[in-house]
Amino acid sequence: MRNTTATRLLFEMSHPGRGTQIFPESDVPAAGSHIPPIPATMKADAPPALPEVAEPDIVRHFVNLSTLNMSVDSHFYPLGSCTMKYNPKRHERLARLHQAANSHPYQPESQIQGLLKVLFELQGMLAEISGLPAVSLHPAAGAQGELTALLTAAAWYRHKGEDRRRVLFPASAHGTNPASAALAGFECVQLSAGTGGFVDLDELKKEVDARTAVFMITNPNTLGLFEKDIRKISEILHDAGGLVYIDGANMNAILGKTRPGDFGGDMMHYNVHKTFTGPHGAGGPGAGPIAVRDFLADFLPSPIVTHDPSRDWYSLTTPKHSIGQVRTFFGNVGILLRGYFYIRTLGGKGLREASENAVMNANYLLSQLKDVLEVPHGDRCMHEFVASAKNLKTRTGVTAMDIAKRLLDYGYHAPTVYFPLVVEEAMMMEPTETESLETLDAFAQVIRNICQEPPELVRSAPHSTPVSRPDEVTAARKPVLCWSDCKS
Amino acid sequence: MAYLFDSPDQRRKMLDAIGVSDINELFRQIPAEVQLQRELRLAPPCSELALQQEMELTLGAPPGPVPACFLGGGVYDHFIPAVVDELTGRGEFYTAYTPYQPEASQGTLQAFYEFQSLICQLTGMEVSNASLYEGGTAVSEAVFMAMRVNDRHGKVVILGSVHPEYQQVVRTYLAELRTEVVVVPAKNGVVDPADVAAVVDSETCAVVMQQPNFFGCLEDIQSMTDLAHKAGALAVLSFDAISPGILRKPGDYGVDIAVAEGQPLGTPLQFGGPLLGVFTCRNEFVRKMPGRLIGRTKDKNGKDCFVLNLQAREQHIRRDKATSNICTNQGLIALRATVFLAVVGRLGLQQMAELCHEKARYAAEKLTQIPGVTLRFSQPFFREFVLSTPEPAADVLSKLAAAGINAGPSLARVFGGTVSTAANTFGISDQDQCFLVACTEKRTRQEIDTFAAELRRILQS
Ligand SMILES: Cc1ncc(COP(=O)(O)O)c(C=O)c1O
Repeated sequence: MRNTTATRLLFEMSHPGRGTQIFPESDVPAAGSHIPPIPATMKADAPPALPEVAEPDIVRHFVNLSTLNMSVDSHFYPLGSCTMKYNPKRHERLARLHQAANSHPYQPESQIQGLLKVLFELQGMLAEISGLPAVSLHPAAGAQGELTALLTAAAWYRHKGEDRRRVLFPASAHGTNPASAALAGFECVQLSAGTGGFVDLDELKKEVDARTAVFMITNPNTLGLFEKDIRKISEILHDAGGLVYIDGANMNAILGKTRPGDFGGDMMHYNVHKTFTGPHGAGGPGAGPIAVRDFLADFLPSPIVTHDPSRDWYSLTTPKHSIGQVRTFFGNVGILLRGYFYIRTLGGKGLREASENAVMNANYLLSQLKDVLEVPHGDRCMHEFVASAKNLKTRTGVTAMDIAKRLLDYGYHAPTVYFPLVVEEAMMMEPTETESLETLDAFAQVIRNICQEPPELVRSAPHSTPVSRPDEVTAARKPVLCWSDCKS
Repeated sequence: MAYLFDSPDQRRKMLDAIGVSDINELFRQIPAEVQLQRELRLAPPCSELALQQEMELTLGAPPGPVPACFLGGGVYDHFIPAVVDELTGRGEFYTAYTPYQPEASQGTLQAFYEFQSLICQLTGMEVSNASLYEGGTAVSEAVFMAMRVNDRHGKVVILGSVHPEYQQVVRTYLAELRTEVVVVPAKNGVVDPADVAAVVDSETCAVVMQQPNFFGCLEDIQSMTDLAHKAGALAVLSFDAISPGILRKPGDYGVDIAVAEGQPLGTPLQFGGPLLGVFTCRNEFVRKMPGRLIGRTKDKNGKDCFVLNLQAREQHIRRDKATSNICTNQGLIALRATVFLAVVGRLGLQQMAELCHEKARYAAEKLTQIPGVTLRFSQPFFREFVLSTPEPAADVLSKLAAAGINAGPSLARVFGGTVSTAANTFGISDQDQCFLVACTEKRTRQEIDTFAAELRRILQS
């Protein structure tokens, strides 16, 4: 049961002299002054004014804070594009094994052969699942995977003596696609949302030329549809000497059913925290490994794991024309390992079944909801679909956001709302494969109920959550971003 | 075995409701010619028990005692209080996602607001975001932000004593832009402010410094901050996350952006990831910051609460004009740092920093008593230092490792070595004989004495 009195700020709980003994007294004698001492000008006058809180208070504080969250462990969380599936507990224990948890990035290779072996195998697994042979495990999340692949492509073009500065993407693209392209130094060209949710080939043909570096496309796309012309799209790009980037955020729909490399992609990222159950961690960490075609392999970030079968030895090596590092050290290994454990647990057949069930669950939910909420892009989908509250809003004034908030009252996390931008009053629902028929039925029933409820009730929701409808406008106008801001 | 609920009767019911006879019909959207006609070639499925047993063999500790870790270079073998794992291991935290729905995420939002508040206290800076990926990308984001702040795109000046991997990350991020990266070499382990003054000009967006620097030495941050400001450039400082326990904080120097690798604050090494990018700056730049920010506000009933704030900077709204492409950040690691700083507290952080420092000094004294072994740079240091030995560092380090002592990295490894392609920018010719030694509060006198005895033995044999 929730304790509402225990969630004051740590700084408000602080009292001089409180705290716990964590560290022992020093066991070494003071070194002589021939070891250069720190000059007084560089020393702090006093340690930072961190709060002084007793350990029992800290435990109660965070335990009670945790109960203010919805999470996959506690609630159905159909947040579209995010693949909020069950995060197996077994992975948490495995990730604490010695080499996984305690290896320093500069540790001698001889002491981490097991870890390198696992990472080497993971590179191979991600190549097989994508149909793209060369893998870099470095990127910390999907967005960094996008950036890394774009920089890799740029290095390849430069190596060939080609100057291509434009990156294209449809209007339905996730915000990270244009943001990554801009960060990498490319010119961004946004195409329309296309027709019926699919890329408009004529428009694409018009825009693709000798200046085109990369076309970024999410497939299945952000409407939950498989781009039916994906082969033609990649032909258009390849004929013009360009590359196709597959945003792999939606890989949970197609594992073992089709592969980006087989449908014309040249580069892609995975979101291990989505597809392969790395826990989402209240916002991260993720892991965004990329897979690319063989001709791009030499340009990948350094290092990659290689294996010398003659000595059965794993080591870190730098690709010949590497773009260098995109982050310090190797990658978000702790998350990558959870992805490895997941793939090992399921095997090829299990991954295929996961995608089949993810797609079945989404289509089932779609079939249960299409008579209450409009689904503008058809009555079939892949692992997710985008419903629209547009008609409801016209009729009753109830918006997608209102439904999202009202769902919280019923104990369901909201779907993704207002993305993709190309659907008005969008509600993007992704149930994932790890939910039961009973859960889907109950959720659909609740949506149906909400659509019948008095509009004022829905528009003023949520009613049962710890807080309701925070004032974001004032928050942005007069930001209070740290504890000392509100003291002054 | 995909954590499914699938049973034949329910599957039938669902397929009937959808209006298909077979699951494969749902995949007809995928053109037949690109459908995979075989099973993925992966290892066969594995039970929990079998995987546990196999992974214990593969990823468990190698036989024999675990080597003592004197490895440095940006992440360190620190102690992690038990409450950190216990509290951050709660599923309500680690199986939630980005707090887009504040009513369902007050736990996460308040915790990250507390993270920002703690980091502001730690750094003496005015505003902290809710995390970036890690220290190297935090430096890169700082450079990009500096360009937005002063609209200078010609040049960035980086001290040659900044972590070589951070230097490399900045170069990679800037590869397709016209911004010139000018590296100022270090002399005797630190950079001479006069050398910085010589290259900073009206095109320079930022001067990037590190305290303590990669060699463990303390730089004259104040002089370089002042001369950056004089030229209209931003002062960017990467600092050691626990150093404020005894050293001046970034805010004390008046720097504009302070970043750090936050791993020392309660996160295990994990072969270098996931880590924690700490990013702080002056209040006046807040609307140009990268990454998520949590703000305090009132709900419609006047109740205090927390929300994602100033989202108009971010990629999901601003797209190609966003201040960064970051979406998923390092939330759970930021939570670890929050719990860590709370439980360690003001005096604990000071004690931790003092222990690191005292042990590093003791280690330096013991190790330099060995004939031919010297401190490479005669500079004050905080918790790590560069040791010079008469033998090649690579040999010495592998012999030490065999004797249960992990030290390093060698300077040769990180400057132009296999891991980093950063150039040798610190201008010493004997880098092959030099390596880093770092101490944390975990290193015992006995381990340090063993280290010294083993090094003596190795060099004498
Ligand atoms: C379609 C799509 N692309 C890219 C991303 C970015 O991935 P990440 O958050 O891992 O950086 C996301 C995730 O939010 C996404 O849904």
